[in-house]
Amino acid sequence: MSDIATKPRSQSMAGRQTSRRVSRLLLWVVLTIAAASVLIPFGAIVLASLQDPASLTVSLAWPDRLHFENYANAWSTAGFSSLLGSSALIAGVVVPIALLCASLAGYAFATAPFPGKSWLMGLLLLGLALPHEAIIIPLFFGMKSAGLLDNQLAVILPLIGAFMPFGTLWMRSHFEQLPEELSEAAEMDGASTTRTMLSILLPVSWPALTTLGLLYFMWAWNQFLLALIMLQDPAQRTAASGLGKFVQQYGTNIPLLAAGTVIVIVPIILMYLIFQRHFITGMVSGAVKG
Amino acid sequence: MITEPAASTRRPASTDASFRTSLGVANRRTNLRRRRQRLTAVTCLAPALVFYLAFVVGPWLQSVWISLFDWDGIGDASWVGMANYLEVFTDASLRSSIVNAFGFILFYTVLPLFFGLVLAALTSGARGKGLGIVRTVLFLPQILPLVAVGVIFKWVYSPDGPLNQLLHAVGAGNLATGWLGDFTWAYPSVGLVGTWVTTGLCFLLFLSGIGKIDASLYEAARLDGANPVREFWHITVPGVRGEIGVAVTVTVIAALASFDVVYVMTGGGPGYTTMVPGVQVYQLVFTDNRVGAASALSVVLSVIVVGIVAGVNAVIRRTK
Repeated sequence: MSDIATKPRSQSMAGRQTSRRVSRLLLWVVLTIAAASVLIPFGAIVLASLQDPASLTVSLAWPDRLHFENYANAWSTAGFSSLLGSSALIAGVVVPIALLCASLAGYAFATAPFPGKSWLMGLLLLGLALPHEAIIIPLFFGMKSAGLLDNQLAVILPLIGAFMPFGTLWMRSHFEQLPEELSEAAEMDGASTTRTMLSILLPVSWPALTTLGLLYFMWAWNQFLLALIMLQDPAQRTAASGLGKFVQQYGTNIPLLAAGTVIVIVPIILMYLIFQRHFITGMVSGAVKG
Repeated sequence: MITEPAASTRRPASTDASFRTSLGVANRRTNLRRRRQRLTAVTCLAPALVFYLAFVVGPWLQSVWISLFDWDGIGDASWVGMANYLEVFTDASLRSSIVNAFGFILFYTVLPLFFGLVLAALTSGARGKGLGIVRTVLFLPQILPLVAVGVIFKWVYSPDGPLNQLLHAVGAGNLATGWLGDFTWAYPSVGLVGTWVTTGLCFLLFLSGIGKIDASLYEAARLDGANPVREFWHITVPGVRGEIGVAVTVTVIAALASFDVVYVMTGGGPGYTTMVPGVQVYQLVFTDNRVGAASALSVVLSVIVVGIVAGVNAVIRRTK
């Protein structure tokens, strides 16, 4: 704006305005294409889930009528009550325990000096880059000999471990941002560490904990490899690993498969739409900090 | 230091001895405080470390140990030393999985970085509600279970699927093919799903990076008559190099450790054209009962990933 004011020549002003208008138009064209390329596959799968289940080939078209019965069929065929229940159980146990452990460790890293601190931090940083593929083989045989295969614990325990590096770093940078006087003042008053944490640090940590909790929930809910390997009994599978098996069994019945896919992604999309600020800042700034 | 004489003048009656004991008490108090802090630190760290060591570090070390054996997962294991590693680098199918994983960096990292940078540079000056919606939409693939993404695109690419339908509709029906069964097209088709997933994260990372660039840099460039392309290369790109480093780190990990999408869409086929280490490890363990070779491959993969991530971060730190 200011550069227009400093250039008095009307011709260049007009030229600038048209070029500005053109670039704005270009911008919205590009953004619309980008958004459409994300949304069209979604719209397509939702449409496919409402097609006539008897049709042999399903392409992108408006269904003759909306076959909502595909959802009921997919729900009972794949056993989604038990799949979603298993996923919810895993997330419900993993999220609070991982939050507690990561917060405590992050607090220690942020506030207390202890021997081997930078060495331990390095060990945790390595865990951020370590692919799950590198640990699943011993985990599988370990859980097998412990008799924990087909038990949700076989997914829960490794997930908590794998969640520690990100969570510890996340909570450490949160506690580092808090003014030191906050915990010092409490300590001077003779409050115990536990009291300091509960009555002073916890209330100011809710936003950081909420973001981390939502990310943990999403990662637990979406986890595929561990669930696929550890829970091979169909009755114990999660929504994600159940969907993976469902494709192999009903790969040709597109309406049924599409309905199953929508059932699996709806919970996480709802969470995203409600808490999108947390998801975006968590993943963007979490990646930067890590 | 400066307050010490003041403190002693406040206690004129204090003798040398009593001064020493009060110092001792203070020392003991800081000692006590330090010991308490250390105890707190250990107690706070213990749960996280127990989980991390027992379920991440321990298993990784076990992977290294198992990789030195020939083992079918049930019977006795026999020591073979480095033979499994030799196989990872000489066996055509195992090696191709690593080559394919590296190739995915083009789709998971290079293309999203390019798209993300251009989109972020274009939108950085824009305002309004529409932009918020675009941001929400572009980030969406990032939160979806990758299994579901794989299922969706398996259908999109299928012979009667929406992609071929679109090609027919625009009169390019002769290009239509069974994308995922085609030896040439299966690999880029699967790779582009990675681009679809990671572009949104790159876009938002760069958008937040551009927001931190000093606006006066752009004003100065504009006064010098720089065009938008020059601005992009000389101000925007250097200004977000930290974010570029982060985006490279996150997406390279996603590329090399990909499993879900490939497992669901092609299972590594046709032939070994889309095979990646994750799927290969799974097959070696659960189909071929070659647990030692699978472990060797997984160890090689982890060393590659950690090595690349460390290298990228070292380069970024040096340019800062």
